[in-house]
Amino acid sequence: MKRKLKSITTKLSSWSLIIALLVIWQLVSTLGLVPDFMLPSPVNVVLAFIGDFGLLMENLWVTLYEALAGLALAVAASFVLAILMDLSGFLKRSVTPILTFTQTVPTIALAPLLLLWMGYGAAPKIVLVFITCFFPLTISLMGSFAQADGDAIRLLKTMGASRLQVYRYIKLPSALPAFFSGLRIAATYSVVGAVVGEWLGGNAGLGVYMIRVRKSYNFDKMFAVILLISILSIVLIKLVELLEYKAMPWRRKDKKRT
Amino acid sequence: MLFACENVTRCYDGMPVVQDISLSLGQGGLVSLLGPSGVGKTTLFNVLAGLDVPDEGRVYLNGEEITGKAGRVSYMLQKDLLLPYRTVLDNVILPLVIRGEDKKTARDKARVHFEQFGLAGYEDKYPHQISGGMRQRAALLRTCMMDTPVLLLDEPFSALDAITKLQMHAWYLDIVEQLHLSTIFITHDVDEAVLLSDTVYILNGRPGRIAEAIDIEPPRPRAHDFSTSKAFAVYKRGILDALGL
Repeated sequence: MKRKLKSITTKLSSWSLIIALLVIWQLVSTLGLVPDFMLPSPVNVVLAFIGDFGLLMENLWVTLYEALAGLALAVAASFVLAILMDLSGFLKRSVTPILTFTQTVPTIALAPLLLLWMGYGAAPKIVLVFITCFFPLTISLMGSFAQADGDAIRLLKTMGASRLQVYRYIKLPSALPAFFSGLRIAATYSVVGAVVGEWLGGNAGLGVYMIRVRKSYNFDKMFAVILLISILSIVLIKLVELLEYKAMPWRRKDKKRT
Repeated sequence: MLFACENVTRCYDGMPVVQDISLSLGQGGLVSLLGPSGVGKTTLFNVLAGLDVPDEGRVYLNGEEITGKAGRVSYMLQKDLLLPYRTVLDNVILPLVIRGEDKKTARDKARVHFEQFGLAGYEDKYPHQISGGMRQRAALLRTCMMDTPVLLLDEPFSALDAITKLQMHAWYLDIVEQLHLSTIFITHDVDEAVLLSDTVYILNGRPGRIAEAIDIEPPRPRAHDFSTSKAFAVYKRGILDALGL
């Protein structure tokens, strides 16, 4: 009982700062220190969120589709490329610098080009998400393939294991922890990537909607979109964590102890 | 002769690491390789296990040459190498699964031995949840599941604490009888070598050569107090002399 109470109080205290900030923000708006059209109060943001709920949801599905499609493609491609690079030293040496180079190209600069090539539909956004997510996933997979226990691999070989079996029983399972930390980063990138893609042009999606309400100076609605994007990212991270928990039953006991 | 190697030499960068090694193991035998660190015991073992090809010499199993062929004899390292993401049972069946056996039949086959290996009730635990001695026994069971006539054990008990080690020795001698195992093991523990072996091969020098092969006469199973007997001390002295200690 006491323990439960303690966990509630610690939770409360971790939320208290956020609540305090929200109260200050609300006061600043109600007291008129900052004009409402520039900084809408939290209450107004929530009202805008509720008022626009239908429209927000419509656009949410578009963005979610682009983010998940890009992410799924990135996951699939990262597995394929990481395995190929792990198999061939030549491929690893020649592809790694290219991968690093693609990371130095700002995606914002790339987006208009993609739009030009692929039009206003979902395609350029999916590609943009793919580009942003691909790198952290591939790097995390490659790193853990390379670090796989050499003795364990040798042992498997004395059992007569094929290359494929070495991946199945050693390299892939031992890469899972690193893969999931990569996936967590990629999941947040995917939403941002989709929204940035939509900013630069499109017919639907949270990014498109955001630009529209900004142009009409509906800042309360704009904050509502930002709120929704944050919620979406958090939901995706939580989903990845759930997946991680399900995929790695052997880690559960350890987690409980800490 | 069940298993033998003849005149094995292995070089790295042109320098021989082990040179002109010949040894043999009979059915049901227990043979140890004893020597200081860096004498090339593990290099030799990799050759015996077929993971490495010797520059000279041959390895035979049942009279058939198996030089450089992996998977013909079982091999276990000092590290238990249990995969952290598989349960004890699923670790143990790994050799069977790799051979393409159905997971369920493999599990049934392995379960039978859990009692014998002191692992009953721990089938569904993960390796990090069991003790060091149990992990080592699980690794041994996995090695036995390879179902090859010869076991190569590379310092199988050296990571264990002193008392667990003594318990493992007694237990291993039992298991060898029950399962009719033939073993070659690496050790740098003189007591362990005398206690367990029929023959102790002493590896010494650079490159490593067999300095001496000492037969431990009393047949197994040996008297309970063998390790504190006078004969034991004499064997131990003989080995220490051969090592120049």
